Amino acid sequence: MTAVLNAQGLGKKYGRRWALTDCDLEVPAGHVVGLVGPNGAGKSTLLNMAVGMLTPTTGSVDVLGAPAGTQQAKVGYVAQDTPTYARLSVADHLKLGARLNPAWDESLAQQRIQHLELDPKQRAGKLSGGQRAQLALTLGLAKRPELLILDEPVAPLDPLARREFLQDLMEAVAEQEFSVVLSSHLVSDVERSCDYLIVLVGSRVQVSGEIDTLLATHFRITGPRRDRKDLPQDQHVVTESHTDRQSTYLIRTDRPILDPAWNVTQLTLEDLVLAYMGRDVRPERPVLEVQR
Amino acid sequence: MTWLTWRQFRVQFLVVASVILATAVVLAVTGPNLLDDYHRLTDNFIANLGFKRLNPLLYRVGQVLLYAAPPVIGAFWGAPLIARELETGTYRLVWSQSISRRRWLATKVGLTGLAAVAITGLLSFAVTWWSDPIDDAINAGQDSNTYLPRMFPPTFSARGLVPVGYAAFAFALGVAVGLVVRRTLVALAITLAAVILIQIITPSFIRPHLLAPTDQYLVATSENIRGFMLSGPDSNPEVRQIEVASGSVGAWKLYDRTVDKSGNVVDTLPNWTMQCAPGPPPGLQKQQQPATSPERDACFQRLADEGYRQHVKYFTADKFWALQWREFGFFVLLALLLTGFSFWRIRRDLS
Amino acid sequence: MGLWMIEFHLDGRSGVSPYQQIVQQVRNALRLGLLREGDQLPTVKDVVAALAINPNTVLKAYRELEHEGLVQARPGRGTFVTRTLTDNTLAAHGPLRQDLRRWLAKARKAGLDDESIEALFLTTFRSAAQQEDIA
Repeated sequence: MTAVLNAQGLGKKYGRRWALTDCDLEVPAGHVVGLVGPNGAGKSTLLNMAVGMLTPTTGSVDVLGAPAGTQQAKVGYVAQDTPTYARLSVADHLKLGARLNPAWDESLAQQRIQHLELDPKQRAGKLSGGQRAQLALTLGLAKRPELLILDEPVAPLDPLARREFLQDLMEAVAEQEFSVVLSSHLVSDVERSCDYLIVLVGSRVQVSGEIDTLLATHFRITGPRRDRKDLPQDQHVVTESHTDRQSTYLIRTDRPILDPAWNVTQLTLEDLVLAYMGRDVRPERPVLEVQR
Repeated sequence: MTWLTWRQFRVQFLVVASVILATAVVLAVTGPNLLDDYHRLTDNFIANLGFKRLNPLLYRVGQVLLYAAPPVIGAFWGAPLIARELETGTYRLVWSQSISRRRWLATKVGLTGLAAVAITGLLSFAVTWWSDPIDDAINAGQDSNTYLPRMFPPTFSARGLVPVGYAAFAFALGVAVGLVVRRTLVALAITLAAVILIQIITPSFIRPHLLAPTDQYLVATSENIRGFMLSGPDSNPEVRQIEVASGSVGAWKLYDRTVDKSGNVVDTLPNWTMQCAPGPPPGLQKQQQPATSPERDACFQRLADEGYRQHVKYFTADKFWALQWREFGFFVLLALLLTGFSFWRIRRDLS
Repeated sequence: MGLWMIEFHLDGRSGVSPYQQIVQQVRNALRLGLLREGDQLPTVKDVVAALAINPNTVLKAYRELEHEGLVQARPGRGTFVTRTLTDNTLAAHGPLRQDLRRWLAKARKAGLDDESIEALFLTTFRSAAQQEDIA
């Protein structure tokens, strides 16, 4: 199966600062991918390079099997802050989509506008934030892409608008069966709607893989105080904390944990993401990738 | 993309176009009358122009509009073209709509630029055609203080192809500045200032070099003397400059300096040349008498005998179109270079 | 969106994965008789549009239910209930219910409030379940 996004050694430097470092990703098709990380971690940079808005400093990124930015008709993009032409009406925006996209689905676009109860003559500048985001989503969906990339589309929206946006997005995925890469700093949204996760912290990918697999292979173990090097080889430590008598480790492992001294608990996605976000980012640490 | 370009450009176009079209219509309607008067009044044409107040007014309006068109087009059509999309972030919406950056830029620049050239061309054609009788009369030698020969800088830039060249240049400059600066108002201000500056300095610094002027040495006489410059204290002034008429009607004089018999430019003329002065020099103390006519003739004779001549350079009136084409070509070339730069620059990272 | 027999809800804080919650909610509905043989489960599209969850989650839940023999997916038409869990309807356990009522009355008389009763029940239930596991 061709990867929907394939990054090799991808990096981007602004002046002296690396916004993205050594990024290797192979995202399979048919998933809703959540890209999480703190602000400034490099999420927008990665997505912008995937759609060809930025050129890489190092490495390369392929989308749907071709270099980024070359197959615009197959890749939909909703940029951060969902920009729209303030003086153009909703109907004008649809016309824009129809004229500029070869594979435009006018009936789908019209259906969505009606369902959203948007006035076609209303200027985009007069719409609410949620409505503008929905308009931008309509433009992205109606071009019938194979991959839809969304850069923090719901960040500035109120909870209701956010929920409605995600509902519509998930419904479209169910109906049209395309892949989605969605960046967010809200883990709760990612937990509901995504089935593949990429955690980006400090310009590096910390972990990537299918969420089910990640949750099945990460555990929190607590028990009597024990040093890290005393743990079995196949248990990779993500974070650790100790008191005088007790040790708590957050580990990734494919094998069952047999030692009865440990109290083993499963993690929520939030626990997992926070663990990767909170630990020290050291360059020598290898990138963790869960193969499935 | 054509539709989108027009949709975004509509208002700006209509505002400018309506003004220009209205002017063109008025000129078209009054033009034939003016031409009639020219044929009818012949030598008295210019003298009688002022009787219909509309004529001087329209003359000025045409001139002003042609001067205003390039900076307005550059600042209001060119500068926001790309800058506004970059500033508001809408470029991220439109560039992800299955259109390449270059095709997007080509359509926007092509259509808007074409409109700029066409509308300015229309205005210039109307003004040039309407003013033709006046220009012809002046070039035939009729005197006027209000109407200048069309070779003269103020009129030259408001005739023929030159305004169109300026408009193309201004537009291309606006687009390029907007692309680099990425802020609409800043780009607008810079473009406006730059275009106006270019319009001001072109006659002095660019136009003289576009064509080889007529280069002559003339002898100053009491008939052809036109300028006499003094400097220094009133009690003992020095003669700095003499200027003469080129002798060619409707010509635009670029250069006029006195040279001595070896051909060197003279900075200050000898004191006896004061006698050549056309009338009593102002501020002269009562003791000094104005020179009488025989004294003046003798002065000029002495000037000629001692080898003093005027080195003049000028463009004759018949060079009008040659110079127009060259200046037009120069600015169109600049416009093309600027547009090429914009096409190169659009491919670079912008976020 | 059509009118379905049941609606799903997601408890983000329960610690149970979304797909498990759907499976459980279908099972509960079957037990309570809200879903009967031949009823259609909400389409993936409608569940997803209501809950904003990943379609694969719903598909996984429906597949598990199918694996348990409770539902069957008919291509192009939807997923339908094939077997109910109402063989063990609560109505059939009248005596158990009565015992429980008596116990509740006793607990109230002993001075326990609602929370304490619930806690007592849950801890006893869980430790008994653990003992069963170990056994």
